[in-house]
Amino acid sequence: MRHRVLPVLAVVAALVVVWYGAAVWLNAAWAQDRAARAGVELGLVELVADTWAQDKPKLPAPHQVAEEIWRTTAGQKITSRRSLLHHSWVTLSATLLGFAFGTALGIGLAVGIVHSRVMDMSVMPWVIASQTIPILAIAPMIIVVLNAVGISGLLPKAMISMYLSFFPVVVGMVKGLRSPGLMQLDQMKTWNASPAQTFWRLRLPASVPYLFASMKVAIAASLVGAIVGELPTGAVAGLGARLLAGSYYGQTIQIWSALFMAAALAALLVALIGALQRVVLRRMGMG
Amino acid sequence: MGAGAGQAVAGQQDAAQTVIAARGLDLTFETGDGPVHALKGVTLDIRKGDFVSFIGPSGCGKTTLLRCIAALEEPTGGSLTVNGMSPDAARRARAYGYVFQAAGLFPWRTIGRNVSLPLEIMGYGRAEIRERVARVLALVDLAGFEKKYPWQLSGGMQQRASIARALAFDADILLMDEPFGALDEIVRDHLNEQLLQLWARTDKTIGFVTHSIPEAVYLSTRIVVMSPRPGRITDVIDSPLPRERPLDIRDTPEFLEVAHRVREGLRAGHAYDD
Ligand SMILES: Nc1ncnc2c1ncn2[C@@H]1O[C@H](COP(=O)(O)OP(=O)(O)OP(=O)(O)O)[C@@H](O)[C@H]1O
Ligand SMILES: [Mg+2]
Repeated sequence: MRHRVLPVLAVVAALVVVWYGAAVWLNAAWAQDRAARAGVELGLVELVADTWAQDKPKLPAPHQVAEEIWRTTAGQKITSRRSLLHHSWVTLSATLLGFAFGTALGIGLAVGIVHSRVMDMSVMPWVIASQTIPILAIAPMIIVVLNAVGISGLLPKAMISMYLSFFPVVVGMVKGLRSPGLMQLDQMKTWNASPAQTFWRLRLPASVPYLFASMKVAIAASLVGAIVGELPTGAVAGLGARLLAGSYYGQTIQIWSALFMAAALAALLVALIGALQRVVLRRMGMG
Repeated sequence: MGAGAGQAVAGQQDAAQTVIAARGLDLTFETGDGPVHALKGVTLDIRKGDFVSFIGPSGCGKTTLLRCIAALEEPTGGSLTVNGMSPDAARRARAYGYVFQAAGLFPWRTIGRNVSLPLEIMGYGRAEIRERVARVLALVDLAGFEKKYPWQLSGGMQQRASIARALAFDADILLMDEPFGALDEIVRDHLNEQLLQLWARTDKTIGFVTHSIPEAVYLSTRIVVMSPRPGRITDVIDSPLPRERPLDIRDTPEFLEVAHRVREGLRAGHAYDD
């Protein structure tokens, strides 16, 4: 355990040092400015102290972000508008819903593609084309169109999450469903197994490791989708809304704490899928 | 089809029913660098209850012939019937069990559930499946390993499990492609003995691919010697050995004589090669 933790801590420490350094470098100009206007001369110590304690710094120092996160999570009631946990939950619920849709859609398309040559030829190019369109271009359209038909709130965001997350699942599942070797397929043939039996007893179980690998990518993409979905409408809640509001008012500390929250959420979700993967594969005897 | 049915009737009258009949069988694979004649003009009758071994150098078409019989490969010429039907009809009637060169167990299924797989597919009842799995696992000395996963077993044990799987349902024909190729001598002897006992008890017709002359002679009632380019039969040897075969039959003059003839046949095939 020690030999794994130590290198990680060393890297983190190095990053923090670089970050503090960068904060001094980026925020110094503003500090000098203000000091000049007040007619004060800043010593090195005062200058550094100032760059790490500004209200709206170009780059907030780590402890400022940590404080903000602490204040807006532990320091607020979870139901409060000012609670980062509340905003995280708003984004998380869209993420999870979109991920569920995306995974279901991805699996469904993969099953069709593997079993039908026509679908393989006709659907696969569209699946790939769908991912070449920048999500930032299409997200506002989805939101606006759905709003126009009276759907707003959670669902439009989940749609964008789905749009981003179904792709890795399709690709992974197609690969997984095609992973059984020629011999295993021949075996099924010698028993005169039906296509359905071959699917349930061979292709599907063989695809499980591939499914989990692609779900890890998909859940992270889902989170990005949900955040992006909060930007175009100027949503009032969610991590995306915090990012947007932060940038309107130059609240860099708020932006950074929302970013860190999003990263932590992504890490947590990916870890959860990883844990689920271990449990399932162990139960299948493949762990 | 009419001819096939007629043959079957004649066979019953002979009491030596032809189960597998190949007439001038050809199979040419079209590959990137020209056609490969995997089988050319193969004519062979296998009667009910025969134990037929196929022996020959690598690439002479042993696997291909077995796969044709199993309808896993489509011949490009000649005719082939299995149980008086086309190979594909026989496959659909689940006429044979096939043991592949590699065990090919499903890693997500226990040994017991691997063996029960064909039974599930064929729609056997739960109780019957349990009873059969226990029986065939005992047959290959794997009783007590039902709950283990394939990776927990040695290669030889996995191969035995795959044989148990092919025995679990009632096919009259058993096709085996070098099933003991990867096993050590002692285990191989033991499995050979068991296979003979099984064959004697069940009156199955067995097609068996091997590279080992002693194994072929010890097991078979007929030995088919093949040679490559094009893959063809060069000799068919009817064994004079009795059906009852203790392991030490391998030291008798009759045994050595058959082995000698097989070796000669193999040599002739190689000579043609050069
Ligand atoms: N699917 C295929 N496509 C092209 N050529 C093939 C194919 N299968 C087999 N062959 C060729 O047919 C010939 C016979 O192959 P086969 O596997 O039947 O030989 P074998 O007697 O079983 O050899 P071994 O003892 O090494 O298993 C070989 O030359 C092989 O390269
Ligand atoms: Mg072979």
